[in-house]
Amino acid sequence: MKKIFGRPRSLKPTPTHYCPGCGHSIVHRLVAEVIDEMDMRGTSIGVPPAGCAVLAYFYFDIDMIEAPHGRGPALATGVKRVLPNHLVFSYQGDGDLAAIGTAESFHAANRGENITIIFINNAVYGMTGGQMAPTTILGQKTTTSPPGRTPLLDGYPVQMSEILAQLRGAAYIERCTVNSPPAVMKTKRAIRKAFQYQMDKRGFSMVEVLSPCPTNWKMSAVDACKWIDEVMTKEFPLGVLKDIGAKEAGKEKKS
Amino acid sequence: MAPKGMIVIDRNLCKECHLCIQACKQGNIRPGKEFNQKGYRPVESAEGGKCTGCALCGIMCPEVAIEVYRD
Ligand SMILES: Cc1ncc(C[n+]2csc(CCOP(=O)(O)OP(=O)(O)O)c2C)c(N)n1
Ligand code: SF4
Ligand code: SF4
Ligand code: SF4
Repeated sequence: MKKIFGRPRSLKPTPTHYCPGCGHSIVHRLVAEVIDEMDMRGTSIGVPPAGCAVLAYFYFDIDMIEAPHGRGPALATGVKRVLPNHLVFSYQGDGDLAAIGTAESFHAANRGENITIIFINNAVYGMTGGQMAPTTILGQKTTTSPPGRTPLLDGYPVQMSEILAQLRGAAYIERCTVNSPPAVMKTKRAIRKAFQYQMDKRGFSMVEVLSPCPTNWKMSAVDACKWIDEVMTKEFPLGVLKDIGAKEAGKEKKS
Repeated sequence: MAPKGMIVIDRNLCKECHLCIQACKQGNIRPGKEFNQKGYRPVESAEGGKCTGCALCGIMCPEVAIEVYRD
């Protein structure tokens, strides 16, 4: 028999520190698979965040430069401008991208900076113990919203993909998830497309991934996958928010 | 008929999340009973399995603990 599925070359055989069923590890593998397929292991530079993915540089077998909390897009901007032919991506959680790093993300998108953001939306601050994030769903219980998030006290969940898609510099933005095998494959195609847009110098791209955090959601991994379908996608609908390629071809579609 | 596919589970990488069990349409993966070094009970491939080598389990596994082989 032939091996048809295994570890991508760009992902080291190191056991991860992620909790069982964590979406971060699935997305790591997808990014590594795409880098392998594009044959860019030697010419890719990743920018990990503060957050649960802080140790991503232990796992990817590519060059990585750690960013201070939220500053990934600024750091990636510098790297990309110095090495314009490299694939440069920042990898960020929702606390990182939608709270402390809002300005950096917004302006990188607005500048049409030719980088890709892999945006892991797990609706909480994972690493620090499950506090409320800007993306926390209304009614969701977290350690800092014990009765559930209420608009009066805590405002509304921020839909970063919708917001950044408004900016003219954004070339491609899609929201995906990794809660089933077809969803995982779709996310991989989105990452591939975002990276390809970057290599074609089309501007800013972002793939948002609704990502299970069973530990802080206080659910089994299997239930966390169900919660994404039943609750999270209602607040954060899946689909392509921006695609200048489709627009150029005269067939912008919402899937 | 001999199975078309086969999986190899890395016992030390598996974290017992059971997402592969959900993914396998053939019921070919089952919960394990023995603990590994990290204190998880890695899943097992069922004997006399009907594995088709579809790789859905591997695609879902967060730990890349599953390798899939096919004829
Ligand atoms: C400047 C700064 N402020 C605060 C922190 C503490 N901190 C570490 S991770 C984190 C939030 C992580 O949440 P998120 O970005 O959603 O990523 P996740 O852990 O959920 O993947 C915070 C506030 C920090 N490391 N640096
Ligand atoms: S706390 Fe949540 S996001 Fe962090 S590793 Fe655990 S499951 Fe993943
Ligand atoms: S390859 Fe397909 S049939 Fe075989 S164990 Fe995995 S999911 Fe089941
Ligand atoms: S999906 Fe992977 S880590 Fe989870 S139980 Fe199956 S083999 Fe183990």
